[in-house]
Amino acid sequence: MTTTPVPPEVAQPAAGAPETAALLTAERRPAPRRTFWSQLKASLAMFGNRKSAAGLVILGVFTLVAVFAPWIAPYSPTAQHLDATLQPPSWQHLLGTTHIGEDVFSQLVYGTRGVLVVGFLATIMATVVAILVGVTAGYLRGWKSESLSALSNVFLVLPGLPLMIIIASQFQDPPLWIIAAVLGLTGWAWGARVLRAQTMSLRNRDFIQAARANGEPLHRIILVEMLPNLMAIIASSFVGTMTAAVLGLTTLAFIGVIPVSNLNWGTILFWAQQNSAFPDYWWWYVPAGLCIALLGVALALINFGIDEYVNPRLRSAGERARALKKRGIDANAAVTAVRTTASPTSFPATRAAADPESTTA
Amino acid sequence: MSADTSAPATQASPAAPEPVDPTLVGTTATRAERGRMRVPWRFIGGRAAFYLFTAWAAITINFFIPRLMKGDAVDAYMARSQGQLTPDAEKALRLMFGLDHSVPLWQQYLDYWGMLLRGDLGVSISTGMAPVGDAIAAALPWTLGLVGFATIVSFLVGTVLGAVIGWRRGGRLDVLVPVTTFLGTIPYFWLGLIFIAAFSSVLGWFPAGHAYEVGVDPGWNADFIGQVLSHAALPVITIVIASLGGWVLGMRNMMLTVLDEDYITVAQAKGMPNRRVLWRYAARNAVLPQIQSFALSLGFIVGGTIVMEMVFSYPGIGLLLLGATNAKDYALMQGIFLVLVMAVLVANIIADIAYAILDPRTRQTEA
Amino acid sequence: MTTLEFRGVTKLYNVRGSGQLKALDDVSFTLHSRQTIGLVGQSGSGKSTIAKILTQLETPTHGEVLLDGAPIPRRGKGLRMYRQQLRMVFQDPFASLNPYHSIRHHVERPLRLDRVVPRDQVDAEVRRLLERVRLDPDAVMERRPHELSGGQRQRVAIARALASRPALLVADEPVSMLDVSIRLGVLNLLADLQREEGLGVLYITHDLATARHFSDEIMVLNQGRVVERGPADDVILRPRDPYTRELRAASPDPEEFFRRRAAQTTGGAR
Repeated sequence: MTTTPVPPEVAQPAAGAPETAALLTAERRPAPRRTFWSQLKASLAMFGNRKSAAGLVILGVFTLVAVFAPWIAPYSPTAQHLDATLQPPSWQHLLGTTHIGEDVFSQLVYGTRGVLVVGFLATIMATVVAILVGVTAGYLRGWKSESLSALSNVFLVLPGLPLMIIIASQFQDPPLWIIAAVLGLTGWAWGARVLRAQTMSLRNRDFIQAARANGEPLHRIILVEMLPNLMAIIASSFVGTMTAAVLGLTTLAFIGVIPVSNLNWGTILFWAQQNSAFPDYWWWYVPAGLCIALLGVALALINFGIDEYVNPRLRSAGERARALKKRGIDANAAVTAVRTTASPTSFPATRAAADPESTTA
Repeated sequence: MSADTSAPATQASPAAPEPVDPTLVGTTATRAERGRMRVPWRFIGGRAAFYLFTAWAAITINFFIPRLMKGDAVDAYMARSQGQLTPDAEKALRLMFGLDHSVPLWQQYLDYWGMLLRGDLGVSISTGMAPVGDAIAAALPWTLGLVGFATIVSFLVGTVLGAVIGWRRGGRLDVLVPVTTFLGTIPYFWLGLIFIAAFSSVLGWFPAGHAYEVGVDPGWNADFIGQVLSHAALPVITIVIASLGGWVLGMRNMMLTVLDEDYITVAQAKGMPNRRVLWRYAARNAVLPQIQSFALSLGFIVGGTIVMEMVFSYPGIGLLLLGATNAKDYALMQGIFLVLVMAVLVANIIADIAYAILDPRTRQTEA
Repeated sequence: MTTLEFRGVTKLYNVRGSGQLKALDDVSFTLHSRQTIGLVGQSGSGKSTIAKILTQLETPTHGEVLLDGAPIPRRGKGLRMYRQQLRMVFQDPFASLNPYHSIRHHVERPLRLDRVVPRDQVDAEVRRLLERVRLDPDAVMERRPHELSGGQRQRVAIARALASRPALLVADEPVSMLDVSIRLGVLNLLADLQREEGLGVLYITHDLATARHFSDEIMVLNQGRVVERGPADDVILRPRDPYTRELRAASPDPEEFFRRRAAQTTGGAR
């Protein structure tokens, strides 16, 4: 067995290997070094488009508000100003006051903390469980996989809100992590199901078979070979679960099942309804709902961005059709018109020869 | 494999003595199956087993929840209702909540099943000691009517809209996508409250709540039905608007994927009118995952309806559950949960049947 | 000299609802190092099943597979040593490399797993392997698979297979998914490597022409059974089995075409 390397310049590529020949004769430019930052940038590529960026910005603003709440809110959320109850928005109280003079704006700012902390916590719990159950169920075969799948299907079918109501109402004053756990309990199943399907299709791919044939240990196959390819799905599932967690949390707070000691936007609405704020005192109940919707929109935008990254067909479908329309072609036309003369929007004559589209339409 | 021919090997003669029509016989890989619709027993059997398992799981969860939590709340519950319960009712409740520690757990479990199969769900303290089953039976039709009607309308409108938007990609209708998505992220209950404030209190177009005017006796007369319809309008509109976004987006995305397929291009190249391609080819295939996601979102729909009823004081299961929660009426809460689970399972079965009918692949012989 | 023997291997798959599918029926052959065997058959004839059994992704229902006379161990150190001796090149260059990882990662993993060279020499060995398959290491090592062409990817797959210095190579239709114009380049590379490294190669294909060009011996597989075997030229030029004759007749032969055309035009005024 020879071990002397064949110098690339000397090796004569066979007549049928043009691509290697091109590589050898091309200018020797080493590939860019993969630093940690460039790899990080590459994995965040799914957030690169405009929709994701917009969603991330909104989410970032909410996070900043939650972190810097004491500095942003002018008053404590429970501070009562009994001389200024049910006041409409003014310079002292940007969003008015409640029936006992609490500043609605401060409540909203501090409420952001409740929403984001519990929301993130619940989503992290749910996603971890979803990954464990989903990827394992996808990789294993036979009854183990089927039973894990049945487990996640059961939790998918069971209606979430009634289950949460029953469990939450058993507690008198549950700590934060229990609330998050209850929310996570009803939210993990969807991600597990999607991950299982994706892992099953990945498992049959040749590169996984090659890794198995190479003798890679199981934990390396799952963690190093499979998991990076599942990143987009996990990100999308995370965002979706967070939306559900935030909605679930605010709904539970609005119903009154979660004790009001945990301030979030839903609690504001609970108090608003209890004290007949509808319809007159709009400043009390409109902003909280708008915040929930805005957070939901931000998360949905991030998810759109990830969707378009994963499924390129969605990305350019609209743009391609619009570009075609500009050139006078209907994307849905059954018959493609053949142009006999150059259209006004075709490329200049010098490029016409090289561009097949302008001559054959 | 042909028979050994006496002709020289260099002659490229037709393979077999008689020509065989491959469309009749099929290739070695598959066999074309024509004719009658076969009942997909394996598919049905699998789904039935799953639903039975889910029902069992729900009942078992229901059994264990009160036993896992601290008993104080339950004891207080029993204490409050002391003296008002018949001995039988008290025994049933003790069994449901696991307060009788002399009986071993597995025995309690079997007795619980016995109770359920007899139709005994315990007694509800918040509705005057009526059996839980009766309270639920009075409220269920209202919920089914409201949610059934609203969900079907929302699904149909959303799917059709999504199909049209997907077809006209890049057109003016694309702007509807972010609009409906935004509406979908608004929490149901808040939208309901806003609508009440806007359309009822301010504009006075619709009544603010309840299913019919207070103090009126229900009956099958035009006046009553008219009242029911007018009172149901606002909740229905709220549900439809809030849930439209999900259907539109899902259908649009599926349409975009389907429209990229080659068979659509072939259909158009054959000269088929656009309307046929849109509805009978593209939408027909894109709607299959929609039905699946409909089945999966039933749990979520139930949640939304519960809150909707609370907002509109609609006398359905949701309002019942709210009352039970506030009164800490555990028996009623658990009974409602079971009934909701059964309802969701039934709806899932219906969705599965619809899917099996629409998707020819489930009807085929399984290889 | 390493010898791999298939002895009376039968593989049955259970198919739900309609019994069993016989993928392989009493298949026997021997592969030595420094030898190339071409395994020819159409889709569904059992070629890929043989490849899967060889790489231990499946096990035979009956019969056995022996390496140097001893049965292949199912687990543990013995299995690892077997895997190191026999490597596979997959058919689809687009799917056999992990899209997330760099080329360096792909060629490095077998080196690290089997501890072929000491740790500080791994990088140099990766470069050597890439040069062996006539790729420029600096240009491809840090790239991801999607940045390379199909032919380049297949060369990387070959480099990966050679990393553990196996004695035997299974090439499962290595050029079927490549452009016709670059097939010869990759096949010639395989032939050169086989000669220089003294490998035993099992070349699985449905293409008679390349099988003849590349192999010493050819086996024809039909519905799981070996219907013909022998030296390459014999099987192609003087086929005895009717199935082999059909296969041969099915592949276009330019000389035949022109001869018949000449016969037609001289035979009559058509």
